[in-house]
Amino acid sequence: MRLYDYELSGNCYKVRFLLHALGIAYERHSINFFPGREHKSDQFLSEVNPLGQIPVLEDDGLLLRDAQAILVYLASRYDKAKAWYPDDACLRGEIQVWLATADEITRTASAARLHDALGYTQFDIEACRAGAHEVFRVIDDHLSVRQAEGAQWLVGDRPTVADIACFPYIALAGEGGISIDGYPALRQWLWHFRSQPRFIGMAGIMALDLTHH
Amino acid sequence: MTFQCDDRTVLDDWLTVGPSTRLTGRSSTNPYRTKLLSSDVDVWRDGQGKVVARCGDSTLMVQDAYGYLWICPSGKPTKTIFSFPEYAEPGRRIVDCDGIGVAVSGLRMVENFLDMGHFPYVHAHYLGEVPQTEVAAYEVNVDESAGEIWATNCRFYQPKTSKSATTGLDVQYRYRVMQPMSAILYKTAFPRPGEMDAIGLFVQPHDEESITAYCLLAYYDDTTTETDLLSFQHTIFGQDKPILENQRPKRMPLQPGSEVPTRCDAMSVAYRRWLKARGTSYGAVR
Repeated sequence: MRLYDYELSGNCYKVRFLLHALGIAYERHSINFFPGREHKSDQFLSEVNPLGQIPVLEDDGLLLRDAQAILVYLASRYDKAKAWYPDDACLRGEIQVWLATADEITRTASAARLHDALGYTQFDIEACRAGAHEVFRVIDDHLSVRQAEGAQWLVGDRPTVADIACFPYIALAGEGGISIDGYPALRQWLWHFRSQPRFIGMAGIMALDLTHH
Repeated sequence: MTFQCDDRTVLDDWLTVGPSTRLTGRSSTNPYRTKLLSSDVDVWRDGQGKVVARCGDSTLMVQDAYGYLWICPSGKPTKTIFSFPEYAEPGRRIVDCDGIGVAVSGLRMVENFLDMGHFPYVHAHYLGEVPQTEVAAYEVNVDESAGEIWATNCRFYQPKTSKSATTGLDVQYRYRVMQPMSAILYKTAFPRPGEMDAIGLFVQPHDEESITAYCLLAYYDDTTTETDLLSFQHTIFGQDKPILENQRPKRMPLQPGSEVPTRCDAMSVAYRRWLKARGTSYGAVR
């Protein structure tokens, strides 16, 4: 199994997180995303992903793009316990809502971070930040109701691919100049996410336990 | 005044505005535009290949050195651009890691670069490892003739000092500050333990609280791919970024007593003293 990857990409992190949680060994194929823009090279576009985006997963003859699609694939195929993507119509419907929301987070919060950190000056930074706040408000409202009912996760009673998909760009929002101080339920959920026993961080999201890899 | 900066020491320094490759495909009608000291700066090469820089109606003093563009905002540099002999040394490989934007004062960025104490915490499993957190005593000297600070005889145990490292190593370090916003660190080259790799940190201050931090490697490493070297360096920078952005105040306090240093901060103490003595205030608490 091979992952086309870049360390600072939150979307790649989602896949690394689930692969680690499931204990799956894989080859990490680094892409010169910045400053080389290798993901926009002719070779990458023709052979790996015509959309010029990472992550892309290569497994058993399958070439799969889109972080959320990869999460669903990995959980469906390799999670014997069916915990990360439960085999239940209602839960899957709800999970799909948050997988789509994750795309909205990428369009707003991740774009703001690319603007501030990697010089993507073509983005309208104020529009990105305003959009991120709109999505964060929706998630915070949902989580505050859930937390009032004693639940911790976006869907069901344990973390699922929905939580993984929404986590990194909320955790990294500060790097795009987006404060999450006004979203207490969101912050509590971030803390729960980081407190999972097999949590791994990324550059910009520290693991709570420094002795763990 | 062209720039929103009244700190003569910074105006008379050489400040980078990014790698020279930014000028590819640029011209006087379609220049590379970037922000320096709160002003827009346009840079391009003229027909003869000479670099030209303008800020509003003013032509700026600019040069191309070490693969980077350098502007002296006042046009009256106190000294020539710093030496970087490792850049042209045979056997070394030059890798430009480009820059990452950080919402912090340039002075805090450089100070973080000079600090070994944070390695086991912020760069766990790469540049340090709990519980091996002790910073051994090292020497700090100001080279008055060159106007630079040096920290020497530094060493630190690092589980993975660079991309090419396959085991942990007691790594030797030397630090050199050439200007308030430019520094180089030298560290044991994993593939050639008798030699030292050089890593340049060049800070472009967009304003007093936001910068781009560029990084240039002059490495002894013939085997690691460029992508892997970049990936390693971006990982380290990405780990520092949230720590830097959460420092309060964003500007650096230079008044003694406003922050409490310990013995391992000797380099930081020397840096702050040196800034105060030369009268640098841009990016500092005033």
